[in-house]
Amino acid sequence: MRLPLSRLLAALGAGFIACAAHAAEVQIAVAANFTAPIKEIAAEFEKDTGHKVVASFGPTGGFYTQIKNGAPFEVFFAADDTTPEKLEKEGDTVAGSRWTYAVGKLVLWSATPGYVDDKGEVLKKNEFKHLSIGNPKTAPYGLAGIQAMEKLGLAEAIKPKLVEGSNITQAYQFVATGNAELGFVALSQVYKDGKITGGSAWIVPANLYEPIKQDAVILSKGKDNPAAKALADYLKGPKAIAVIKAYGYDL
Amino acid sequence: MPLTGLDLSAIWLTLELASLTTALLLLIGTPISWWLARTRSRLKGPVGAVVALPLVLPPTVIGFYLLVTMGPNGPIGHFTQSLGLGVLPFTFAGLVVGSVFYSMPFVVQPLQNAFEAIGDRPLEVAATLRASPWDRFFTVVLPLARPGFVTAAILGFAHTVGEFGVVLMIGGNIPDKTRTVSVQIFDHVEAMEYAQAHWLAGGMVVFSFFVLLALYSSRRFKPALG
Repeated sequence: MRLPLSRLLAALGAGFIACAAHAAEVQIAVAANFTAPIKEIAAEFEKDTGHKVVASFGPTGGFYTQIKNGAPFEVFFAADDTTPEKLEKEGDTVAGSRWTYAVGKLVLWSATPGYVDDKGEVLKKNEFKHLSIGNPKTAPYGLAGIQAMEKLGLAEAIKPKLVEGSNITQAYQFVATGNAELGFVALSQVYKDGKITGGSAWIVPANLYEPIKQDAVILSKGKDNPAAKALADYLKGPKAIAVIKAYGYDL
Repeated sequence: MPLTGLDLSAIWLTLELASLTTALLLLIGTPISWWLARTRSRLKGPVGAVVALPLVLPPTVIGFYLLVTMGPNGPIGHFTQSLGLGVLPFTFAGLVVGSVFYSMPFVVQPLQNAFEAIGDRPLEVAATLRASPWDRFFTVVLPLARPGFVTAAILGFAHTVGEFGVVLMIGGNIPDKTRTVSVQIFDHVEAMEYAQAHWLAGGMVVFSFFVLLALYSSRRFKPALG
């Protein structure tokens, strides 16, 4: 009896080693606005490759500080293109691994159906009490919202009514709870499978704001992790791109 | 000057918020603490637990519920709107309401301890000398509980100054209205403005140290009770 058991154990052990070599874990930091799509993509990726994704969601600036201070992230999906570029210049990334994984679209959204018209006239009427926006200093969608209002010549008139979320998720939350009548959020937050999921919205024309290019990069911590490279490749593949587009991003 | 005008207005706003909150808490907290210290009611446990909730709940929970209940569709929001006051999120008044709730245990618990330490005896003696209940409270309880009031005021003030999560979640980051120092520091860090963040954050460390130093020094002067 002894021999088969030890053989079994050996076989099991070999199996584990083999699995460990193939399936790795990758830790990623993801901009808040990309939370829903990356969850969907990660689930597919795990099924297709056997690798495991451990994702943290948060503000891009906050992640930058954490990465500079030794956070264990291996791939970083930022809400802008400047932060990954900055990390690249500072030598915290795998050279040449940076790419644009999505181009964000700005939307003026209200939780109340019929409140926002499809031309954004509601901005000119200016009859609301609070307009929610991501902090323009740190949130790219917040900055885009300010640019759009400036292009429309409404920035000064609306400024006293602005309430800022620390990121785009919080800006969305202020509108979703009805505390702000409307707000500039990411289309990805209120859009699924080709339509707005609730309330009313105006998709802000792209010529009113600088393109919101969202870049991702493999960080130095992930340079020897096959799962990091595999995830980056997966995000560039047709399956992931279909998901990204279904959430209202351009590419 | 390393601090910008926005930093200074955040500091000023924070001090205003903490002062007003502390004053309100001493007013509201004193009767609650007195009741908690003296009552034999079965409600003592539940009321004490509710007051202590902010000690254990994360600010995200408190902030979230304040945002939802004070919003236009929430019960508090309905109430304030029916009074013609509008809704509380994104206003200074809203921060005060949030802070009063959030800092409540830091005021109530020291007061309750102080009241309990007095015991029945001094009050009974005063009663035999024909002091009315109000008389007893103002001439016997208040002087004996003075150290408790000092501790309560310092802790309530300091805790409100240090408040972050609740302000972030119901404030909306409006300069001069809801942008307190802790939120301003968060913004600086997020925007990678580390130098400015250091000035404010360092200031908070120094401030907090001296507040606690004052508190622990004042303990030495606590009169022996009982």
